[in-house]
Amino acid sequence: MIETSLQLVLDSAPFLLKGAVYTIVLSIGGMFFGLLLGFVLALSRLYGVAPLRGLARVYVSFFRGTPLLVQLFMIYYGLPQLGIQLEPLPAALIGFSLNMAAYTSEILRGAIASIDRGQWEAAASIGMTRTQTLYRAILPQAARTALPPLGNSFISLVKDTALAATIQVPELFRQAQLITARTFEIFTMYLAAALLYWALASVLAYGQGRLEARANRHELDS
Amino acid sequence: MISVRNLKKAFQGHEVLKGIDLEVSAGEVVAIIGPSGSGKTTLLRCLNLLETPSGGRIRVGDIEVDADRPLKPQQALIRQLRQHVGFVFQNFNLFPHRTALENVIEGPLVVKKEPRAQAEERGRALLAKVGLAGRENAYPKRLSGGQQQRVAIARALAMQPDVILFDEPTSALDPELVGEVLSTIRSLAEERRTMVIVTHEMSFARDVANRAVFIDQGLIVEQGPARELFSAPREERTRQFLRKFLGTGH
Repeated sequence: MIETSLQLVLDSAPFLLKGAVYTIVLSIGGMFFGLLLGFVLALSRLYGVAPLRGLARVYVSFFRGTPLLVQLFMIYYGLPQLGIQLEPLPAALIGFSLNMAAYTSEILRGAIASIDRGQWEAAASIGMTRTQTLYRAILPQAARTALPPLGNSFISLVKDTALAATIQVPELFRQAQLITARTFEIFTMYLAAALLYWALASVLAYGQGRLEARANRHELDS
Repeated sequence: MISVRNLKKAFQGHEVLKGIDLEVSAGEVVAIIGPSGSGKTTLLRCLNLLETPSGGRIRVGDIEVDADRPLKPQQALIRQLRQHVGFVFQNFNLFPHRTALENVIEGPLVVKKEPRAQAEERGRALLAKVGLAGRENAYPKRLSGGQQQRVAIARALAMQPDVILFDEPTSALDPELVGEVLSTIRSLAEERRTMVIVTHEMSFARDVANRAVFIDQGLIVEQGPARELFSAPREERTRQFLRKFLGTGH
């Protein structure tokens, strides 16, 4: 019994790993574009003109206030009605990025706002521009505050990519579903998928720890 | 060197500076004294536009900022002015993620685009000058308050400013660390650097400053040679203030 299960997992390993590649692409892509857009949103809310601030606020409110699944369905199944047809992978990538941006923007905004005003003044007093100050003085310090919650969001994203199965992306969970439909080894296959998600999340958590140690080194070294 | 005309500053309708005229010539050390809330820190912060004046003119060298006109179009001018005016904060405001040396060379590197080797060489010399040779690679967290303030002074010096402004540079320090910072400032005074110092250290102001300016309720009440102002103040309000600080009998 156990031997047949093990054999099954080994036989389906190529499919699961192929699915895992999609999961990784969706996670890294979603995080990357989500951070990029989130950064723009955070700056808009902190330093933008009033209409831009309002727009960013509504954006964040909408994408945090509606289910990710509904957002994915709107993009993949809904947009074609408006004449925008997307393949499953780009649709999922767009969905995860847009959703992620709402969360990262809140994290970044809080982290940037938490930096003492004296840092801005010190930079201004030696003639630095606001942009120079932001990149050289504020963001490196804000990164320290932002890293733990960003890491948590990233790990959540890895798990949320399973939702892409519902819009035909052949990612890890979808592959497990397809195999169970064929073999009826339901528990084994989902357990295998779960272990793969766990492995990915663990790698991320490890990376997060390393990054945090790096960002905190000025707290420790002499 | 510095010329201030009719400088005004109001916070939400409350007038903190009510029209200050002040001249500081090259090589002069000016101490600004006054009760808390008198506007002396605001005045200092207006000098390099950390605080936006409500009106008046500020000239440093050839650079003049006119606060009676909109300041937005004068931003580039303000940044230029700041490169000629060093500022030392009460709370040091060092960049915590940069080492002592990195703090000192940040301005020369980023603002003046100096080559790194040259900036570092001068940075090391400046740290040695403020008595911190050997601590170049220490992060601020690892330095005492007095050491941090001396790094901040070196950071200001690194921009080779024409004037250095000190905003109560020893107020945030433990009493035993005040001396080392004051003696650093004193040695700068001996080099005949132009400095404006807001301070509560009255005996320091009397000994080091060429001129003392007494401010109360947003106006200059009295100013003159430091020794004279401290030993024989002309105005009653100055007398009252000094009596509180120097003890009775003065």
